[in-house]
Amino acid sequence: MIRLLWRDITLAFRSGGGFGLGLGFFLILVTLVPFGVGPEGDMLSAIAPGILWVGALLACLLSLDRIFALDFEDGSLDLLTTAPIPLEGVVAVKALAHWITTGLPLVIAAPALGFLLHLESTAYRWMIVTLLIGTPALSFIGSFGAALTVGLKRGGLLMSLLVLPLYIPTLIFGAEVVRRGAGGFLVGTPLAMQAGITLGAVALLPFASAAAIRVALR
Amino acid sequence: MAINWNAFWEWANPRKFMWWTDRALPVIAILAAVIFVIGLVWGFFLTPDDYRQGATVKIFYIHVPSAMMAINIWAMMLVASLIWIVRRHHVSALAAKSAAAIGMTMTLIALITGAVWGKPMWGTYWEWDPRLTSFLILLLFYIGYMALWEAIEDPDTAADLTSALCLVGSVFALLSRYAVLFWNQGLHQGASLSLDAEENVADVYWYPALVAIAGFVLLFVALVLLRTRTEIRARRLHALEMRERVKNA
Repeated sequence: MIRLLWRDITLAFRSGGGFGLGLGFFLILVTLVPFGVGPEGDMLSAIAPGILWVGALLACLLSLDRIFALDFEDGSLDLLTTAPIPLEGVVAVKALAHWITTGLPLVIAAPALGFLLHLESTAYRWMIVTLLIGTPALSFIGSFGAALTVGLKRGGLLMSLLVLPLYIPTLIFGAEVVRRGAGGFLVGTPLAMQAGITLGAVALLPFASAAAIRVALR
Repeated sequence: MAINWNAFWEWANPRKFMWWTDRALPVIAILAAVIFVIGLVWGFFLTPDDYRQGATVKIFYIHVPSAMMAINIWAMMLVASLIWIVRRHHVSALAAKSAAAIGMTMTLIALITGAVWGKPMWGTYWEWDPRLTSFLILLLFYIGYMALWEAIEDPDTAADLTSALCLVGSVFALLSRYAVLFWNQGLHQGASLSLDAEENVADVYWYPALVAIAGFVLLFVALVLLRTRTEIRARRLHALEMRERVKNA
């Protein structure tokens, strides 16, 4: 399993664009927002938590089809189903690799981009904490969407249609934590809810994704 | 009394399904039409205007039943998907597929009638209120579900994958419902038809509303049977065409 993890991570690093793409997209999105809403600092700092979260969401979405599609095309997914580790494990590892190559860089980049958007100084801590807790859920939910559309020729757009509604609870609680943190309110409840969603997604969704992949490979 | 469950599942055999729906469908359809008309005429013309809302209260007879159906149809799709996963009855999967479009329409009706009512009453067509937002999210789930059905060619694969989406989607739809409650305070009134609540809608509106709800349920049953029959016929036609093609080749 660890070898598979390494394989996926090195592939993401080496196979041109997969790794930096999400990060670059995140940066561009954050750069575009002030053009759209105007450069006033107050306005930007009010919407910064939401923009950062939505940006992280979309950046995650961008690289989802790489989780299974390439392996499906060159046949390694067929080999992986016959591997000694269960397919559920394969799926979980691939989602984890996706998180390490996409979610984690976003978490690290978020404070710098928050700086660009005049994020309240009290909110930085919560921005990092909530992204750290929330982005694994994005990867695992996304891997389910990717598994559903893996056999399709042009599944990309359909996948966003399927995955984005599933991201709504994570987004709501994530942005709520940052907004409350910025205002100096208690953040315990939304943080706990978000952690619950992440843990539930990590624990249960690999089974659903593996089932979907078995159907697609049938 | 022991129920013969095998006999129960027999009714889902496509041929038997076509046989009994052929006889039941006209009855259900006529019953739906009659009850629908009774409920709406009673509601629209034979109830007094509300003392604060005036005549706008009458949209209640379309708004509330369609909103209830929007949620219940998703629940029905969930059950049908589970039956497909467990017992692999093709009719079940096709019924879930047929129900989705009706459910989406009901969601749209609820949203639109709500907006029409909201303008004079709340002064706005749309507000990011938890209930309204939840319905918008439900609409997105319906659209995604239907899009997935359309995208996959092989019918069994499509049934499997949409069932998986329906199961996972149900969990996330519920999560969204409560997350949205957390996110914004509501403008929408609370439940007014609960059996256990102290404050409910007055009886004079309640009875025609019940009739209207029954009409919507029957309408849904009639439509879903009709659409499932169409799906079964379409699949038979497809099988026939394939057979012809093989014969000619």
